[in-house]
Amino acid sequence: MTAISTETSHISRTSGIPFILKKAFLSACVALVLFSLMIGIRTEAGPDGQLTFWTRFGDLASIVGAVFGGSILIELLRQWIGPSGAEKLVPPAVQKGISLAGSFLGPALLVFTLLVPVIFYNQRYILDLAILVLTYVMLGWGLNVVVGLAGLLDLGYVAFYAVGAYSYALLATNFGWSFWVCLPLAGMLAACWGVMLGFPVLRLRGDYLAIVTLAFGEIIRLVIINWQDLTGGPNGVSGIPRPTLFGIPLDNSDDGLAAKLGIEYSPTHRIVFLFYLILALALLTNWVTIRLRRLPIGRAWEALREDEVACRALGINTTTTKLTAFATGAMFGGFAGAFFATRQGFISPESFTFQESALVLAIVVLGGMGSQLGVALAALTMIGGFELFRGLETYRMLVFGMAMVLIMIWRPRGIIGHRAPTVYLTKSQAISSDLVKEGHG
Amino acid sequence: MDYFAQQLINGLVLGSIYGLIAIGYTMVYGIVGMINFAHGDIFMIGGFIALISFLLLVSFGLTAIPLILLVVLVVAMLVTALYGWTVERIAYRPLRHSFRLAPMLSAIGMSFVLTNYSQVAQGARVKPVPPIITGGYTLHEGAEGFAVQLSNMQIMVVVVTIALLTMFTWLVSRTRLGRDMRACEQDQTMAALLGVDVDRTISMTFVIGAALAAVAGMMYLLYYGQVDFFMGFVAGIKAFTAAVLGGIGSLPGAVLGGLAIGLIETFWSAYFSVEYKDVAAFSILIIVLIFMPTGLLGRPEVEKV
Repeated sequence: MTAISTETSHISRTSGIPFILKKAFLSACVALVLFSLMIGIRTEAGPDGQLTFWTRFGDLASIVGAVFGGSILIELLRQWIGPSGAEKLVPPAVQKGISLAGSFLGPALLVFTLLVPVIFYNQRYILDLAILVLTYVMLGWGLNVVVGLAGLLDLGYVAFYAVGAYSYALLATNFGWSFWVCLPLAGMLAACWGVMLGFPVLRLRGDYLAIVTLAFGEIIRLVIINWQDLTGGPNGVSGIPRPTLFGIPLDNSDDGLAAKLGIEYSPTHRIVFLFYLILALALLTNWVTIRLRRLPIGRAWEALREDEVACRALGINTTTTKLTAFATGAMFGGFAGAFFATRQGFISPESFTFQESALVLAIVVLGGMGSQLGVALAALTMIGGFELFRGLETYRMLVFGMAMVLIMIWRPRGIIGHRAPTVYLTKSQAISSDLVKEGHG
Repeated sequence: MDYFAQQLINGLVLGSIYGLIAIGYTMVYGIVGMINFAHGDIFMIGGFIALISFLLLVSFGLTAIPLILLVVLVVAMLVTALYGWTVERIAYRPLRHSFRLAPMLSAIGMSFVLTNYSQVAQGARVKPVPPIITGGYTLHEGAEGFAVQLSNMQIMVVVVTIALLTMFTWLVSRTRLGRDMRACEQDQTMAALLGVDVDRTISMTFVIGAALAAVAGMMYLLYYGQVDFFMGFVAGIKAFTAAVLGGIGSLPGAVLGGLAIGLIETFWSAYFSVEYKDVAAFSILIIVLIFMPTGLLGRPEVEKV
């Protein structure tokens, strides 16, 4: 709550200490009113259902004090940096160096990712975290097709993730089908659902589209919770088979991979296998997206994002364009879902809440809407940062939400805020996305 | 028939609460053109403020229920309005001229902040209150012993909703502030040129929306007798559904949409299944939007090329 004075004002330049103190005092007053009841008084239901309360004026005082101090600090910082923002802080030579390093960042990151299981072989925690990050990278890349390329705002992406996860879980537990048979099926089923969602929303735009996709995501989750015969309801599906290396299980048995290769069995083998599996799936998503962008359909997506009316005037079939975007995005979501199910071995509706959709959307937007590298970096930052605050328990989501707000204020265009054009005349030149106008898709 | 009448009453009461929240969504959308995702959580905060101020007043020894309710209402509206103002100031104003997804993500972040803030500040457990307004009327004694009940609580919710609606319709259509709001809705640059303080008007919109959400929060607290930190999310989504259903940007539409959602939900729970009531509400939303993409009372969007 210390960021009360973050808007750019021109008055602040001509002001001295009295102004800063006055502003800080006002912020502190606002904070006092805001927190007096919520922080100053703590309510709790007693054992007999009677509400009791006690006061916490110490906490209240320290928070108001923090707001006062923080307000002064922010105001001083802003006067020091100046009204034009943080760009001045970085000299042009350094910026050039950064952009040069940026062009090597992608390949370097890929090589490093490939080497992660080798470097951190004995650190189970890091491997698990890397798998989690890669899952979100894949989800981000999948949603990027819908939001970043086609410009269709999708707040229910987690529905396709859920469809993929439950498809694999139910097919595998009921019919005993292997992961490699179910994976394409899960993708296809999710794509079907993508088309099913796509059809009714063809005529909708912008925020109407957002709310319908949100409603769709909630419907899927509610149906999963309530259709207990099929999905097990809130208890979820457990005992989902682990993936095999094309039929060879990765366990301690006699026909397991370790026994066949004649090496000593270690549970890490499976983790490393899962790591490379999700890496391959994510890279597949990336590769397909990059290739699709060069095809007419990919160009049509981007044209649709920029201007739907012009698109129609040029004879692009917006119906098929939108539907393929939804289907493609949903398919990757389905793949990621199937992977999630096989990694966890247990899924329940709790994993598919709106929060997940918002998280993936935040990754895409923070990554710069359409930039593949940006999405990967954003996923790394968000999920990695999220893990850093694991020790904080309930404060974690609080910090996460604040970070989301602050990052949006700091860089509304995301980490990588420029677009590399797919078609160019003589040389490719990155365009700042401030110049790119979004359509109302 | 009696059963139907009873459900109609229940649905109208629930719909009034949704309508009060939906007004906040629809006003903000009309002026700024963004979904204020944090609005559901503002409603939740309103419920908490009402609960805490109620407890305080009772512990000070106040016994006159109408006086307590009036003070609680005013306190909840004022403090929650300040929350609405602060949220706008911190999370939305710096992004006023940014691209359209930025304020929405900022709003989602703010919603997480508010949800978890009240979880941290007040704990995760449900906070119950004993029924404060009791009694009621039996409208009709049915043959099978089923009576149509209309409680004082229900009367109060509906009366407060109607009173506030009349007040705010008057505010928007007759006062200087309302004229400024409508001007900003049409063209912010032109309004600024003609001397309307756009920033202040937008702030006031958030303040009014938050105050109405606080009333809804208090009604929820009194009607259902409990608040918890997570109640903002579902109520918020449904109220937004109501706003979209009524045609976003339209005040009467928001109330109409709220009533529609309330009635659909209640009748679905009464005649079909309680588990799928939210599915029904959302499905109706999707169906309405397919056939009427701008909602019930919305203006068709004209796109200039």
